[in-house]
Amino acid sequence: MVTFQFVPYYEIEDLGSARRVKKLIDIVKQNKIVLLQGRLRKEEEADLISIAMEEIGKKFKGIELAVINPEERGQEGLRKLRNNFFNIVLGDRQGLTIVGPASVVKDIKKDPSKIELLTKESRKKK
Amino acid sequence: MIGVLKRIVNKLLGNLFRKKKDVRLGLYGPPNGGKTTLANRICKDWLGEDMGTVSNVAHETREIQIKEQISIKSKGKELSFNLVDTPGIATKIDYEEFMKSGMKEKAAKQRAKEATKGIIDSIKWLDDMDAVVIVLDATKDPYTQVNITIVGNLQARDIPVLIVGNKSDLKKADIKKVQAAYPQYDVIGISAKYGKNMEKLYEALFKIAK
Repeated sequence: MVTFQFVPYYEIEDLGSARRVKKLIDIVKQNKIVLLQGRLRKEEEADLISIAMEEIGKKFKGIELAVINPEERGQEGLRKLRNNFFNIVLGDRQGLTIVGPASVVKDIKKDPSKIELLTKESRKKK
Repeated sequence: MIGVLKRIVNKLLGNLFRKKKDVRLGLYGPPNGGKTTLANRICKDWLGEDMGTVSNVAHETREIQIKEQISIKSKGKELSFNLVDTPGIATKIDYEEFMKSGMKEKAAKQRAKEATKGIIDSIKWLDDMDAVVIVLDATKDPYTQVNITIVGNLQARDIPVLIVGNKSDLKKADIKKVQAAYPQYDVIGISAKYGKNMEKLYEALFKIAK
């Protein structure tokens, strides 16, 4: 069974970078797949990878990460300007960030309008 | 916000006191893209010696390697830089994957441990780069989250970027796909292994490592 946990943006918006990343890693380490509303800052994405590496051990093998931002492409002129403004003021709430434990998620393939989440087959117990 | 300001101040001060010849050119990218093969090609072309060992098993480079004072010449101009070859950035490491390549468990675990440290170091070193060449395997999907994260972080740090689609000698290589994934950057198709299109790469380095 695969468990998803939705994290609305308001749950991380007042947190500092380190606590944002820790919150996501803590959920992933419970073998859950995080669906975060919006996206982390670029530097936080890199921090997420660094922290995941620090946490690697017997059970935790790292993460699979995908950021889906459907409006990234095809934004022009005023619309782009408006969205950039709202991103600065309200934080980056657009799109979706998926973070899963590498022991559960094999790969996340994304397409502007489609997400394929390939999970590892769990071994059947006799 | 404070972190961003700190980085800008550090960069400004660093640039003020660092000599021109100390330009740091980083090679970044996912594992097995050919960073060390490219580093070796550059070093062979201009210094007559290799920089590091290469292998088909991922995470062969697990420590930052620096070759200082490489001078390249192109069209009558000269450019000096310190070349920084970095461990490939990945989001997961599983020692069992190394064992599939015939490695013993103990060695595989050690490699995994060193690889994780290497990735952390690569990310830490992002702040210290003056220009970066992102080395992608042109036979693979260029639009992976790791690649996007590397590009995004360099963009956020205002570091000039050149993207290289390596392994262009292979049939499956698709340089146009790499260009389509990163239209805002110069993308050059090369074969570091066979030295194909290196002249074009050297010319492009002058643009990013001023």
